[in-house]
Amino acid sequence: MNGRRIAFRNARLIDPASGLDAKGGLLVENGRIADIGPRLFNDADKNDPEIIDCRGLVLAPGLIDCRVFTGEPGAEHRESLQSASEAAAAGGVTTMVTMPNTDPVIDEPSLVDFLKRRAAATAKVRVAPMAALTRKLAGEVMTEIGLLKEAGAVAFTDGDRTVANARVMRRALSYAATFDTLVVGHAEDPDLTQGAAMTEGEFATRMGLPAGPALAEAIIAERDIRLVELTGARYHFGQISTRASLEVIAAAKARGLPITCGVSAHHLALNELDVGLYYTFRKVKPPLRSEDDRAAMVEGVASGVIDVIVSSHEPQGADTKRQPFGAAAFGTVGLETLLPVALSVHHNGHASLSHVLKALTSTPARVLGLNAGTLTKGAPADLVLLDDGEPFVVNERKLHSRAHNTAFEGRKFQGRARMTFVGGECVYTAG
Amino acid sequence: MTSASASPILKSSHLLGIEGISAPEVTALLDLAETYAALNRGANKKVALLKGRTLVNLFFEASTRTQSSFELAGKRMGADVLNMSVKTSSVSKGETLIDTAATLNAMRPDILVVRHHDSGAAELLSRKLDCSVVNAGDGQHEHPTQALLDALTIRRRRGSFNGLTVAICGDILHSRVARSNIRLLSLMGARVRLIAPGTLLPAQADRFGVEVFTDMRAGLAGVDIVMMLRLQLERMTGAFVPSTREYFRFYGLDREKLSFAKPGALVMHPGPMNRGVEIASDIADDMEVSLIAEQVEMGVAIRMAVLDALSRGMK
Repeated sequence: MNGRRIAFRNARLIDPASGLDAKGGLLVENGRIADIGPRLFNDADKNDPEIIDCRGLVLAPGLIDCRVFTGEPGAEHRESLQSASEAAAAGGVTTMVTMPNTDPVIDEPSLVDFLKRRAAATAKVRVAPMAALTRKLAGEVMTEIGLLKEAGAVAFTDGDRTVANARVMRRALSYAATFDTLVVGHAEDPDLTQGAAMTEGEFATRMGLPAGPALAEAIIAERDIRLVELTGARYHFGQISTRASLEVIAAAKARGLPITCGVSAHHLALNELDVGLYYTFRKVKPPLRSEDDRAAMVEGVASGVIDVIVSSHEPQGADTKRQPFGAAAFGTVGLETLLPVALSVHHNGHASLSHVLKALTSTPARVLGLNAGTLTKGAPADLVLLDDGEPFVVNERKLHSRAHNTAFEGRKFQGRARMTFVGGECVYTAG
Repeated sequence: MTSASASPILKSSHLLGIEGISAPEVTALLDLAETYAALNRGANKKVALLKGRTLVNLFFEASTRTQSSFELAGKRMGADVLNMSVKTSSVSKGETLIDTAATLNAMRPDILVVRHHDSGAAELLSRKLDCSVVNAGDGQHEHPTQALLDALTIRRRRGSFNGLTVAICGDILHSRVARSNIRLLSLMGARVRLIAPGTLLPAQADRFGVEVFTDMRAGLAGVDIVMMLRLQLERMTGAFVPSTREYFRFYGLDREKLSFAKPGALVMHPGPMNRGVEIASDIADDMEVSLIAEQVEMGVAIRMAVLDALSRGMK
């Protein structure tokens, strides 16, 4: 990166990896964290151009969002890597882990290479691509996991598609284990949820919406856990949304299986009733669940059974969202709302600030094997300066994302990114 | 040469697998094969030991190499050899294996050499026929003459099996060659390693008393012999392995990976090879390291020895 020095003084340093939560300063040199300490730069001149006075705000590792769908390649009119990175920077996200559900699907080593080059040339934040687990995401034939890993794929997933065939999944897991690479699964039985727009239950019944049973998630969770036990693969559930699958995963973890899981910000903050009068921006995959399931997700984050919190950022345009509910596309943008929504778990008294940030920084880094997400000396200076108390009202017109399909329009949260740094470079300053 | 009155070598009147054979039996077979290897290099390659005997080659799977090796062995031993392949037999008209066996039995063969796509087929035939049965490969179970010819090839180069480490690489899951070789090499005192991606390793392979590796470089470290297996075309397009280029990158034997083996390590392959899939051409063709041609030569010798040994128990 550059040879510049930046000194942060008067910060509340939170490093979830080490448990550090204390006042102090931090020095960035050559894009890396050069020093960190309680009294660092206490006496420095506030007006020095190299010094950033944090005024007691939280300085934490930049967020790692493990589940970002972009439109590049293939649907750049909805979101490019560049526009997604603007949204990420504004949300304090310094690493976007991108999903392979693009056109073409990221199932070829050359496409991983393309993504890395495009990201380096156009994106403000780091991009860590996941590659497809099966060719064309068709769930039939495994991809070249070894070559894709060498090309730079950080994990293998069919994104929001479940590999329906257990034999294919078993072999893909076995093959992935051979290369000690992470498989990220989506737990939603495709037959049980075929044509479903909502979770089965009273609300969907009253609204007359096609719905699938919530247990479609736990059924696949159970299956994949058994396959992990058989194959020894490292496995991460990209996002879960029901109490039943949380319990299944908790039991698997207690048995010592190499399993982790994530939850989306919207499944922490919204339930099925928020769909209201067919509000398509809240049509997501998996669909919003019951209040009991939502509460279980918050408990899961607090207990640590849920390892990471993701945005599941999925840009859609007017063409795909301004439709009758059943016909509308799934997905909400989320890169800019990830931090404020996740912080609500802290503000509502369920977990410490450091615990919530851990699920956004050091844990995703550990799960994916990324060199990021901590404030240790020598680590890349990917940082977010955040005000955990600042009111934040979601306004779709102010979003940096090219797509504006947020599920949180008008919602009030507390806390947001003030400044974001990637490799020591400031990529965002709040207006 | 030997005769029907010579000392017995095999306790059984069949050769169905390596399982159940003792180390002294193997040693005796290899010793006997040495004499046939010498005979085969001379001008007169023929003996009259099986004169008047009938050998039937019954091949339900196409195999140029093994079938011609048995045919040649039978003819050099003086037997009348009948080749039956599935395409020309009534099996393709719906006859069951048992009925085929009964029909053959009525023709009074002395030795039946059988290859079949189902594991246990040779065993079944041995119980239904009055003649000696030689398993020339049954499903994913055993291919004993291949393991014996491999052992003969190794012994001729290395003298003995003690202290040798042999790595068997590739499609272990579907390989009868691997299963027979694991049994034979372990029996004779060699250490065996298996190297394959997880999708091509059978369940609980470690229970064979072998070391299992999924990383080829780690698995090849310090080995004396590298035994490559053929990867069937239908298995390298996604079901077990994503592509041939990926397979060659991680499991194909090239100079770089071979450099992890012991200096002077030798390379074997049961054939037919997929060049650029499981083995690089320059290694396959390098007479300094490749034993592939020698394996074929020893194949005829070992099959002559097997026919000799079986004939000793015949009336």
